[in-house]
Amino acid sequence: MEEEEFEPLIIAFCCNWCSYAGADLAGVSRFQYPPNIRVIRTMCSGMVHPNLVMDALTKGADGIIICGCHIGDCHYLEGNVVTEKRAEAIELMLEDFGLEPERFRLEWVSASEGDKFARVMNEMVETIKALGPSPYKMG
Amino acid sequence: MVDKVGAVLVVGGGIAGMQASLDLADSGYKVYLLDKSPNIGGAMSQLDKTFPTNDCAMCIMAPKLVETGRHHNIELLTGASLEAVQGSPGNFLVTIKKTARKVDETKCTGCGLCTNFCPVEVPDEYNVGLVTRKAIYVKYPQAVPAVVSIDLEHCIGCGICEGQCEAEAIIYDQEEHMMDIEVGSIVVAPGFDLFDLARKPQYGYGVYPNVLSSLELERMLSATGPHAGMVLRPSDGEVPRNIAFIQCVGSRDKQIGNTYCSSVCCMFSIKEAIIAKEHTPGLEAHIFFMDMRAYGKEFDAYYSRAEEEHGIRFTRGNRISSVEEDPVTHNLFMTYVDGADLKTEEFDIVVLSVGTEAPVDTDKLKQVLGIDLNAHSFCETNIFDPLSTSEPGIYVCGAFSSPKDIPDSVAQASGAAAMASSHISTERNKLVEIREFPPEKDISDEDSRIGAFICHCGINIGGVVDVPAVVEYAKTLPNVVYAEDNVYTCSQDTQSKIVETIKEHNLNRVIVASCTPRTHAPLFMNTIRDGGLNPYLFEMANIREHCSWVHSKEPEKATQKAKDLVRMAVAKAALLEPIPPIKISIAKSALIIGGGIAGMTAALGIADQGFDAYLVEKKDELGGMTRRIHFALSGEDVQARMNELIDKVKSNERVHVYTKAKIKDIEGFIGSFMTTLEHEGEEKQIRHGVVLVATGGIELKPDEYLYGEDPRVVTQLEYEDMLTNGGLKEGTKSVAMIQCVGSRKEERPYCSRICCTETIKNALKTKEMMPDANVYVFHRDMRTYGFRENYYREAAEKGVVFVRYYPENPPKLTVNDGKLELTAKDPFLDEEIVVSPDVVMLAVATLPNADNEDLSTFLKIPLTKDKFFLEAHMKLRPVDFATEGVFLCGLAHSPKFVEECLAQANAAVSRATTILAQEELELEATKSCVIDAKCDGCAYCVDPCPYDAITLIEYMSDGAVKKTVDVDETACKGCGVCQATCPKEGIFVRGFTLDQINAMIEAALEVT
Ligand code: FES
Repeated sequence: MEEEEFEPLIIAFCCNWCSYAGADLAGVSRFQYPPNIRVIRTMCSGMVHPNLVMDALTKGADGIIICGCHIGDCHYLEGNVVTEKRAEAIELMLEDFGLEPERFRLEWVSASEGDKFARVMNEMVETIKALGPSPYKMG
Repeated sequence: MVDKVGAVLVVGGGIAGMQASLDLADSGYKVYLLDKSPNIGGAMSQLDKTFPTNDCAMCIMAPKLVETGRHHNIELLTGASLEAVQGSPGNFLVTIKKTARKVDETKCTGCGLCTNFCPVEVPDEYNVGLVTRKAIYVKYPQAVPAVVSIDLEHCIGCGICEGQCEAEAIIYDQEEHMMDIEVGSIVVAPGFDLFDLARKPQYGYGVYPNVLSSLELERMLSATGPHAGMVLRPSDGEVPRNIAFIQCVGSRDKQIGNTYCSSVCCMFSIKEAIIAKEHTPGLEAHIFFMDMRAYGKEFDAYYSRAEEEHGIRFTRGNRISSVEEDPVTHNLFMTYVDGADLKTEEFDIVVLSVGTEAPVDTDKLKQVLGIDLNAHSFCETNIFDPLSTSEPGIYVCGAFSSPKDIPDSVAQASGAAAMASSHISTERNKLVEIREFPPEKDISDEDSRIGAFICHCGINIGGVVDVPAVVEYAKTLPNVVYAEDNVYTCSQDTQSKIVETIKEHNLNRVIVASCTPRTHAPLFMNTIRDGGLNPYLFEMANIREHCSWVHSKEPEKATQKAKDLVRMAVAKAALLEPIPPIKISIAKSALIIGGGIAGMTAALGIADQGFDAYLVEKKDELGGMTRRIHFALSGEDVQARMNELIDKVKSNERVHVYTKAKIKDIEGFIGSFMTTLEHEGEEKQIRHGVVLVATGGIELKPDEYLYGEDPRVVTQLEYEDMLTNGGLKEGTKSVAMIQCVGSRKEERPYCSRICCTETIKNALKTKEMMPDANVYVFHRDMRTYGFRENYYREAAEKGVVFVRYYPENPPKLTVNDGKLELTAKDPFLDEEIVVSPDVVMLAVATLPNADNEDLSTFLKIPLTKDKFFLEAHMKLRPVDFATEGVFLCGLAHSPKFVEECLAQANAAVSRATTILAQEELELEATKSCVIDAKCDGCAYCVDPCPYDAITLIEYMSDGAVKKTVDVDETACKGCGVCQATCPKEGIFVRGFTLDQINAMIEAALEVT
């Protein structure tokens, strides 16, 4: 039997003001990317608790990406600065959990960067496909 | 002194009329919206997509349609005409004739049963006659009001519909009747009509079946069109292999009298070519045109993409003389010039890019309203007063004053609303009702009962995603008690349907799977409020922007993803809780940044509405870029008008001017901003409710064509100064003007919009002052859109020489023997042209203000790639930012003419007034909330809070001192940094709690 190609499941947290709008613009511009991404809208990237990321990964998400406004552009002044610091903490946790660092990514995508959103998502899917399924994946 | 009336009549229910009505109604005025058609929506309702974003026209318009239809302060007068107007500004008595719809609007449910049974077939105007409708009909599926009407011209009176109508809404004996209304002002927005293609018989329209008008093609491209979005040849129903567009049919044409440019057709054709290619695999599209007028914001980028990414062919410099047909195959032949060659090509379909004209009833409007029309029967206006007709108290907006696109029409509409209300502002809130929602249902003891509404969005979603399958799937999800699909979930009838369904199925939460919540959530939140639910018991799944549009080639996977997204939304919805509203009082004043003509006009507008305006200018005098413009194309003395404006601003008590002032900081939010200014060596604090950004632009200092090296090379504004102040040397024999210097190139891809016309203006002035001088204009496309085209023609007639150049081969300027020498290659004659000008004028780019970046940070408002400000929506919210309470106008938005800046300035006033007119404002209720039982007072969240909204407090519990934190709800903006910092899960943001997000994650990970 031929093995089915691995289709990763990636969760993208997008802040409402820049990155979610960037994702919308990717749609409006019809920039195509693979259907492996599930966007969860948050008000700010700084809203994403590190536990959410780790929980998702240990429950079987193959990759997580947090997208926020570029530094200086956060709708809430410095929410994304906090995000950046947390990302470092998350990276350390990945190691403890025995997960490859590539399974987590932080990206700044502005409201006018529909092309970047699509590009980043394409890259992320490729990276995770190369890595294979999350070791925590059940079944 | 007449008694003023706090009501306004808006004539025309297209996008401009609707926008004007909504602004007025939201600002506390009663509005009568009159339309001759049985349903509002105008020309935009017929569009499939809009340029330059390819947004689906109906999708972006539907929320406005619905809002207009159900606004408690707007009374729709459809099927009505204006018969007489008496009185004066502030108090007009208007007589209106309402034709007999023969249907009781209050009873008809729009179910459409009657149309199924009506035996009479009539060509359907909405689909330009490509299909038929019945004699009892509704104009289009999403029409507002969603009621049928009988077309008396075709009704045979058989009575079948009456028998079928369960609502007993048909009234055969209804007669037309007259009614009188009293209003304080009138806004006219009757739109436009299309040029009659029969007047150009050489193209065979109406004779050769495969010659289509651009509107016919538009309807074909639409999901609600004759072939559900397919382009098919009318002669044989075959899929075409290629399609040609002929531009300027009925425009720029002296022979037929329409000498003006219709302004929108170039972009319209590009859009249609792109969409037609998307809908028709393998289709080749070829556009034949004279000049490509892609002058608006982001238009040139769209044009480039059409050529480079979509492979559309563009052949410039062509006015096609005729179309021939092979009578057997019905294929079409056209001869055109390509460079220096003449070619003939065969096409399956030829599209005539039809020009626009003044509306057919323009003469009646003139007669009833007494307004002046211009030579082309459009409404006459002045560049300094672009929204006023010749009659005081009567204002104009949209395509009636000149052909224009949607964003310009919408900006004008808001602007006209501000003008119309400015002189009746004392009557605000006198004739209106406050919108009441039904009392909120208490759902605290109920289990989640979710209703799911899944949208086809025409074919935008339904063309890729199997929507019925998603509905069936939704029905199987926990807590979902109801699911259905809708062609357009945002249409007005679906809103009523949602309200009914909430009651019928006792729903206590609703999800809609359609487009982005960023534009559509407010509409649905209001709808469920009408159904007695707290607006926050609502969640959206974005299966369009994040699914069907980005996975358009993978329908199965897209369907699976749509199901996943619905499952995630349902999982979150099940955990949603009602959020109590937070109300704040509003500071009744505006901060206006930038003292150019846009800023000054905005300041006066705000003052006229009865609010305080703080006008901040960094230079030591007001006027901005206009200080350097001396005369207008139509001859007016710009300096005199600007000085008048400055005087008015300075003498108005409500306008507080700060020149040489610097903004140090802006804090706060809609209704309550606090700005720190540095002014005359002191710091000053200003509290204000809204911000208007009018930072203007600057002229580029070029680094090419010897500018700065040779004093004979000057910029456009410098040349204008020379013309006015005698800087031009006696005996100047030859002037060369070079277009697009610094614009439309890699580092600055946008068109600066004004430079072509400014060049014409200067060329004409030069000819007037020195009739013997030779004037050469080297250009890529002359973009003199609208009536500006008439001046281009005049310049050509007066002997100004126009030479086209291509960007790969720009003119070369050298100094030879002390003389300037300009060499260019004429692409049509394929020969070199050499001139020796005494002066070279460079039509340079307009740059964004360098301060934009700072302001963008202060106010959290985005910039485009070109560093102009990015508005909330390119088409329908041209002067709003996504950030509430902040607006923009003038060159801060993009390069534009004086009249366009003034229209936008008034538009920004109107938008701001919708906020300032309210007594209190309901704030976004997404705020942080503490669970005292979980919070142990560690205070980790206090520091990271960007708004200092959290304080540590102590309280007594069971006789012991405990610590917790307290959130100031007006300071909190709901970013959730606290929630993500808390180690105890003791603080959360309503609507985005950890549980809710977790539920979404778990739902996403569920394998189905
Ligand atoms: S709002 Fe986008 S990162 Fe904060």
